[in-house]
Amino acid sequence: MSALAADREEAAVEIVDLATTPLRELNQRLHDLSRAPGPAHWRVLNPNGAHAVAAGIDADVEVEIDGHVGYYCAGMNKRATVRVHGNASTGLAENMMSGLVVVDGNASQSAGATGRGGLLVVRGDASARCGISMKGVDIVVQGSVGHMSAFMAQTGCLVVCGDAGEALGDSIYEARLYVRGSVASLGADCVEKELREEHAAQLRGLLEAAGVDADPAEFRRYGSARQLYNFRIDNAGAY
Amino acid sequence: MCGIVGLFAKSTEVEERLGVHLAAMLAQMNDRGPDSAGVAVYRDPAPAGTSKLTLYSPGPHEDWDALAADLGRSYGASEPEVRASHAVLVVDADASDAEAWVRESRPDLRVMSAGSVIEIYKETGLPRDFAEEFRLTDFKGTHALGHTRMATESKVTTEGSHPFSTGFDLCLVHNGSLSNHNRLRESLRREGIEFQTENDTEVAAGYLAWRMREGATLEQALEGCLDDLDGFYTFAVGTADGFAVLRDPIACKPAVLAETDDWVAMGSEWRAIAVLPGAADARMWEPQPGVVYVWEKVAA
Repeated sequence: MSALAADREEAAVEIVDLATTPLRELNQRLHDLSRAPGPAHWRVLNPNGAHAVAAGIDADVEVEIDGHVGYYCAGMNKRATVRVHGNASTGLAENMMSGLVVVDGNASQSAGATGRGGLLVVRGDASARCGISMKGVDIVVQGSVGHMSAFMAQTGCLVVCGDAGEALGDSIYEARLYVRGSVASLGADCVEKELREEHAAQLRGLLEAAGVDADPAEFRRYGSARQLYNFRIDNAGAY
Repeated sequence: MCGIVGLFAKSTEVEERLGVHLAAMLAQMNDRGPDSAGVAVYRDPAPAGTSKLTLYSPGPHEDWDALAADLGRSYGASEPEVRASHAVLVVDADASDAEAWVRESRPDLRVMSAGSVIEIYKETGLPRDFAEEFRLTDFKGTHALGHTRMATESKVTTEGSHPFSTGFDLCLVHNGSLSNHNRLRESLRREGIEFQTENDTEVAAGYLAWRMREGATLEQALEGCLDDLDGFYTFAVGTADGFAVLRDPIACKPAVLAETDDWVAMGSEWRAIAVLPGAADARMWEPQPGVVYVWEKVAA
């Protein structure tokens, strides 16, 4: 890159310091991008655990956040790339629709909950209920996930490079779960399944997209036994 | 909802400004608990052979000097240190005798805390207003817990605010709700534990007091909660030497811990801790469900 081009790129970064700018102002400006063009690259300083930072974006922009964020960061994200250089609290990228959300640190519970599409990457660990009721989002966690992850997961993939906590995939529908490490226990109707070449190819693609160097052959696949889809008379005694 | 904060000083700089930090942390949790607020501060140890009481008067014009004079006729008593509706007295008697005197002579007053280092202050209203009214920024001390309450299962009163004292120099703050507190309260009453409210957290406090009276360590008593308490909770417990944190195994209620060379802090959310000096570089993590975490002063 020439010096001139580098200068231009530098100038194109819109810096918003949440120590001096109200959060609503930042989010409103990001929302306005869906109606009128604006800066393509944003940098947010001093989030200090604020809630709903960069939530509700619907534009092809990149937002980098320097620090730890509170609840619902990048919630409902559409098209945008949101990078958090820190940890994220509850409900990270909740119901994201598309785009990319990357957290360098750890994510608290319910990361990627109900997500419809796009890719969520957590470089550290994600705690309980990661991917709860996911509906098409792909989630790659480089560390481990807590208990009840992928609870009632419907579609999409949850990739866990570390370990999974108790009751993984409880009451799962058709989501695919790939785990490299140990699984403390499987939830109701979640079973281990054969990892065939088509799955390895899918997993390879997800790991590449997430920038994770891992061998698909080291993972195991889990999914629905499809025994909870219909009422079974054998289970009548359990109610 | 509800918000919890805790701060344990590892340096004299943080001890000197404990109240300033505590007030800032509590203000950050203002909207998690706008009904009432409270703090337990560990500071100014009472001299050997004496004990310290924090008393609350529901009447607005309590004559604390007269009370101290009355108390002084049975035992020696210090000048009262008054903060809003509360006063702290140092009494020349052990904590149980001093507490018994108050209960007998002034049943209209409430003993908020008893021990040698603990002071508990709590009141209804916005946490921000509470911090100002009780002059939190004055406090120097070794450690402190704070709570902001959004009431769910019992009334918004001073007595129903947190922290709840759980025995001498012990206190408990709670985010969550317990579902088996009525039955547990009855069984604890049979064990001689006294309750002053219908609040669920007071039952958890009574449970810890009972377990420790029966010989359990703080850690063992907290581990007992995992079996005997039904409901949701993040607990923070203050002791004379430090504090402990426990989340229930389902872990619906949030908590974050952070540590630097100067302090250990606990908060319902990161934004409560972000106001501390050096927070940006702190080691930060989420406490595991069902695991007891304890910090204590190393004995000199």
